[in-house]
Amino acid sequence: MTTHQRSFRAATGRIEANHVSIRLGRGSSAFEAVTDASFEVSPGEFVCLLGPSGCGKSTLLGALAGHIKPAAGVLSVDGQPVKDPHPERGIVFQHHTLFPWKNARDNVAFGLKMRGVKRRQRRLEAEKMLDLVGLNGFAGRYPGQLSGGMQQRVEIARVLVNQPRLLLMDEPFGALDALTRLRMQELLLDIWEQFRKTILFVTHDIDEALLLADRIIVMQAQPGRIHEEISVPFERPRMTGIIASGEFMRLKQHCLHLLHRDRPGDTLPRLSPLGL
Amino acid sequence: MTRFHLGRWLRRAGSLAICLILWQIASSLRLNLGIVTFENVPLPVDVVSAALEFLRSPKFFAHISSSLERVLAGFGIAAVIGIGLGLVIGRSRWLGDFLQAPLELLRPIPAVAWIPLAVLMFSSSELSMIFITFTGALFPILLNTVHGVESVDPRLIASARSLGSTRTAMLLEVIIPGAAPNIVTGLVIGMGTSWFCLVTAEMIAGQFGIGYYTWESYTLQNYPEIIVGMILIGLFGMGSSALLRAAGAALLPWHTKDSK
Ligand SMILES: Nc1ncnc2c1ncn2[C@@H]1O[C@H](COP(=O)(O)OP(=O)(O)O)[C@@H](O)[C@H]1O
Ligand SMILES: [Mg+2]
Repeated sequence: MTTHQRSFRAATGRIEANHVSIRLGRGSSAFEAVTDASFEVSPGEFVCLLGPSGCGKSTLLGALAGHIKPAAGVLSVDGQPVKDPHPERGIVFQHHTLFPWKNARDNVAFGLKMRGVKRRQRRLEAEKMLDLVGLNGFAGRYPGQLSGGMQQRVEIARVLVNQPRLLLMDEPFGALDALTRLRMQELLLDIWEQFRKTILFVTHDIDEALLLADRIIVMQAQPGRIHEEISVPFERPRMTGIIASGEFMRLKQHCLHLLHRDRPGDTLPRLSPLGL
Repeated sequence: MTRFHLGRWLRRAGSLAICLILWQIASSLRLNLGIVTFENVPLPVDVVSAALEFLRSPKFFAHISSSLERVLAGFGIAAVIGIGLGLVIGRSRWLGDFLQAPLELLRPIPAVAWIPLAVLMFSSSELSMIFITFTGALFPILLNTVHGVESVDPRLIASARSLGSTRTAMLLEVIIPGAAPNIVTGLVIGMGTSWFCLVTAEMIAGQFGIGYYTWESYTLQNYPEIIVGMILIGLFGMGSSALLRAAGAALLPWHTKDSK
């Protein structure tokens, strides 16, 4: 930990989205999943994308990661237009994206290996990262031998080891039980305080967004678009106690109101924009 | 735990013993059931003594080794081509489309049906038998590999790309390990079919080999030896598949570990 600089205002990790529209599907079934989205995220900011399922959150995140090309508009990070996937833009999915055939250490070391870092050095750095996410002693375990929460910790370590400009997280704690989820949220905030990476965090959980974010970008479905931005005023470091505060209740009411405008009845097929 | 396993083994040994006893009874009584007759079926005891004699004879090694060589050659080539082609087809939509029609056409032709043409096409009967063995193993290996490659979770591929994976690393560290369980399945099935095809080919075109030995025993009216040949074929087929399965399990520790 000591080798990494302590919190300071990060200089990198600015996201700019300028009138971005993203089309999914081919031929006659093609449709616009995200329509005319514009927003900015400052370096080191923690922003949540909140919206009902099917509103295009994953699509937008996939485009920022470089897996999907926008049909119109420009997405850029630190002034560079996003073209292809790059380790500078680390992405964490909900679950099951660790390499099942690599143990935790080798999963984390994958990015280093791709950069040509020597084996000894890789092991060292990977284990340091695993320590950082609280997985001291689990380096030799395969993902199948780790609990869901531990797997997500490995995911985070695997992305952080590449020293990314930003972290893109697609409902990373969505498959965890409530208690584990709370611990993971605390861990993430802790890591964020230390590294001050820009984080764009997708969720459909209002409490989660309010607990984590500096700012919430609320999206709506049909067509998928950005509806409103809400800044979250709570002081940091945040205690879970804020959930009981009046201000929290007020913001939550407001978000609920925004989300409920999308009629909750029409459930959408659980497709995923990466064709997953 | 051990009791349970012991019980299971006893049950298996018991069923084998019952089969042997029924066989002994049927052939010693020269049972004739009208459509099938045991009149010419040798006694188990005779089979055992024939087997012992065959094991001691110098021909044993010649037969076994020529069969093994053919299987190793045919199966080995099928494994290399099947896995290689399977990886390419699974990864490239263009090549997959391009090769689909000929492969779909060739696939339903049983390897045995290739025997006459193979004998005509290859300069030696040795090569034609290896070719038949190869044909038998190729399709199970190829199809399972393609299926394995196509079923690699796209999110894993997306993650690897985001982590800076090179093209080679994608193949070696993501696609191949991801497809490996299916590839092993293909190899195990392919091993079975290649024995099956080899024995048939040897009966028709061979000069040595277990299949040839079995057929020769029939023409020479050495009836116990027919059964010795059959049992050897069964044992070798089973043994080589088991060997492959064990090798697969040793190479894919994560696969067996998390499925338990
Ligand atoms: N591969 C795909 N092909 C066609 N439509 C898709 C595909 N993936 C997702 N969709 C649709 O695109 C819309 C946006 O999806 P997504 O970005 O996954 O939403 P969210 O992450 O907000 O739940 C949804 O209506 C979804 O059904
Ligand atoms: Mg989603």
